[in-house]
Amino acid sequence: MAKRAKPKVIVVGGGLGGLWAALRALENGHPVDLFSLFPVKRSHSCCAQGGINACMDTKGQGDSIEQHIMDTIKGGAYLVDQPPVKTMCEDAPGLMRTFDRMGVTFSRTAEGVLDLRLFGGVKNKRTLFAGASSGQQLLYAVDEQIRAHEEGGLLKKYEWWEFLSVLKDGDGRCRGISALDLKSMEVRAFRADAVVLATGGLGLVYNQSTNSTNSTGAAASRVYQQGAHFTNGEFIQFHPTGMKGHDKHRLMSEASRGEGGRVWVPKQAGDTRDPLTIPEGERFYFLEEWYPAYGNTVPRDVASRAIWKAVRHMGLGLGGEDMVYLDLTHLDRGFLDRRLGGILEMYETFAGQDPRAVPMKIFPAVHYSMGGLWCDYEADVNSGAMAAKHPSNHQTNIPGLFACGECDYQYHGANRLGANSLLSASFSGSIAGNAVSLYLTNLDRTGDSVPEAALADEVKRQTAINGDILNRTNGENPYTLHTDLGKIMQDWVRVERSNQELDLALEAFKGLKERAANVALDDKAEWANAGLPYARQVQDMIVLAEVIAKSARMRDECRGSHYKPEFELKMPDAHPGDPAYDEYVRKWKANNEKWLKHTMAKHTASGPEITYKPVDTSIISPDVPRDYR
Amino acid sequence: MAKEIHLKVRRQAGPKSKPYWEEFKIPYEPQHNIISVLMRIRENPVNTEGKRVEPVVWEANCMEEVCGACSVIVNGVPRQACATLIDGLEQPIVLEPLSKFPVVRDIQVDREKMFNALHMVKAWIQIDTVHDIHQGSPRIDPAVAQERYTYSRCMTCGCCMEACPQFHDDSKFVGPAPLGQVAMHNKHPTGAYHKADRLHTIMGEGGITDCGNAQNCVQVCPKEIPLTTGIGELSRDTTIQWFRDLLRK
Repeated sequence: MAKRAKPKVIVVGGGLGGLWAALRALENGHPVDLFSLFPVKRSHSCCAQGGINACMDTKGQGDSIEQHIMDTIKGGAYLVDQPPVKTMCEDAPGLMRTFDRMGVTFSRTAEGVLDLRLFGGVKNKRTLFAGASSGQQLLYAVDEQIRAHEEGGLLKKYEWWEFLSVLKDGDGRCRGISALDLKSMEVRAFRADAVVLATGGLGLVYNQSTNSTNSTGAAASRVYQQGAHFTNGEFIQFHPTGMKGHDKHRLMSEASRGEGGRVWVPKQAGDTRDPLTIPEGERFYFLEEWYPAYGNTVPRDVASRAIWKAVRHMGLGLGGEDMVYLDLTHLDRGFLDRRLGGILEMYETFAGQDPRAVPMKIFPAVHYSMGGLWCDYEADVNSGAMAAKHPSNHQTNIPGLFACGECDYQYHGANRLGANSLLSASFSGSIAGNAVSLYLTNLDRTGDSVPEAALADEVKRQTAINGDILNRTNGENPYTLHTDLGKIMQDWVRVERSNQELDLALEAFKGLKERAANVALDDKAEWANAGLPYARQVQDMIVLAEVIAKSARMRDECRGSHYKPEFELKMPDAHPGDPAYDEYVRKWKANNEKWLKHTMAKHTASGPEITYKPVDTSIISPDVPRDYR
Repeated sequence: MAKEIHLKVRRQAGPKSKPYWEEFKIPYEPQHNIISVLMRIRENPVNTEGKRVEPVVWEANCMEEVCGACSVIVNGVPRQACATLIDGLEQPIVLEPLSKFPVVRDIQVDREKMFNALHMVKAWIQIDTVHDIHQGSPRIDPAVAQERYTYSRCMTCGCCMEACPQFHDDSKFVGPAPLGQVAMHNKHPTGAYHKADRLHTIMGEGGITDCGNAQNCVQVCPKEIPLTTGIGELSRDTTIQWFRDLLRK
């Protein structure tokens, strides 16, 4: 008798998270159908520049895994379930060894070992890197392993397919997906026994961000609308060193600060002199002045707010505009080329100036969503860490639907540390891939699959949605809608937030939703129609925008990237031992009692319903406030 | 300075449809690139004859010249559209789809052939498992690591394939990019264990000997990958391999 095939897994998304999940599931013997909007090698993971964190401790700084855990938890302002963070940091060096074996072109020291660089929010060198295109290099290595697996016949790639919905069986378990063929525009249903969503970030909700044009968050929004919970949506990371453009805000890696870059503005507002002619004494290195202990390598949320303060409150933006200098001109050219080559070339290409010779002009840009789909984990009673292999890990509240990578909410709390995202994407994918296998081992597969008629119904429903959009004339322009959505988000759900502005945003979404329901296209073609998926993504982005704004509106405090000056607990100009400082810590703890909790958004017809969930602080008690001075 | 940005696009409704030219103009703004202009046009897709038409279909993703999606021929040269700034381009700016791959629609093409070639040449390093085996790869000379990094920046964008006179529909030549990947994987200490396997994949028809040494590939590569150097090394390596095979027979 032929051996029954192992249950099938669908992975949606082919970035680091999705490919790692697929690799694990394949190694565990499961057939995998991998869905992606484009050839997986083009995924947004390739944009990560600076590197990936793992405690290798090869620089004589006495770096430790405990310190990595501490930095991650504190960097995230404690708003993070600690067991998964612990496991991630513990597993990081092993993960790097695997990447190394895959042939990742990590930069190396003279002795041939993996080199490390300094990143923000930490004091030890802990970041492995591959030139200035670390994400690209990691992604390619995993892509190659996936390609090798394709030879084995267990993996089937569906590239140029867009995820539309999950299919549930009678028990509410996720048993497949519906998806749109982006060439033939045909909707099809695909059966599986479990689904892993690894669909990345949502920067496009702000229209302009550092994200790739496909990072819309639409897939996460779709499962949220099908009942998955969305956690900590208000925590959007603004990367301090973005470079404005018509189409996107390109990123200048944090590595540029880590390798010695200095952020400054002329002391005199409106000083229009050539920056190179401005003497040292007339420059304001505000990060170094305000945060002498960390200087230019403060975490991203701190740096973004400092730049915001210098520009918007002190009026020191270059030429009165939203810009400050990020200066590398004092560093050796050869050193810069070796360590930052790729990103310097990029700046040169897009700004038309050589950053080795002229200070770069930068401003905070939407970069990363710490929040995302809620997913579970199982803590190991003995170690306190996440159990390495457990079916609950990375499973959403929809049974059989797993989430990993940027579309999940784990690991980063209220602010992500630089170079922790490549780590969390890879690690969470790996964990999710194993969890899926364990889930499938226990799954009863006797006849409770989705009936054929239900599949046909969903295909019909999705096809009808597409038909409505294609057939409508004189409706709303999806591109204009997206621009308007981005403007609402950039103006009112930004680095600094106020309840008045958030209310304006929430009000504005109502009109936007109505307009979005009436979207129409210039392109009616039924072949490779780029407007149709775009229109649907915009509709789903508005839903996600509402989650972000509502979650932000409800959280009356400052934590990590979420900053409402009205509720700021100002750190006094005092240090531990000083009564003023102790008083501050007392207030800070009282605020934690109130607000150290996860925002849980649940979809309803009238908008997101917000509840809260306790944070697991079982490893490091939140006793010490973040202090980067 | 130009007051407007003038595009002339070679369009095609589908793989088998007849191509045609369409022109668009938008007001000039500094720091536009090809994709940001196409984005501007798609919101209000009116051609220079004042007719409202279907927006141009293209492929793009990262917008930072690192994902390889947006390859297109700009004024006769294959390059990444997102990193091609309008300033400095001769107008009208002529956009055409890559000619060596089937058109999907307008300037979007299907580069599956290239990805298939990566299979063919076994462009990966064999590992036993993705589990941590408590060892990394052997140490690597930093100079070799740097050399491998140069090749590993290949985005499978297809510009080199477009420029290569030997790579076309009637030829079986695998093309420069996949050869670069062979060179890269053969330089890795454990990748070298399967060097012979990879070399064998490029020793037959469509392999290394089909390279005509036109050297167009290196000139158009957006990442300045030393493809011809790699191909030169592979020529030597395949020759040595050929003798080895002969001696073993």
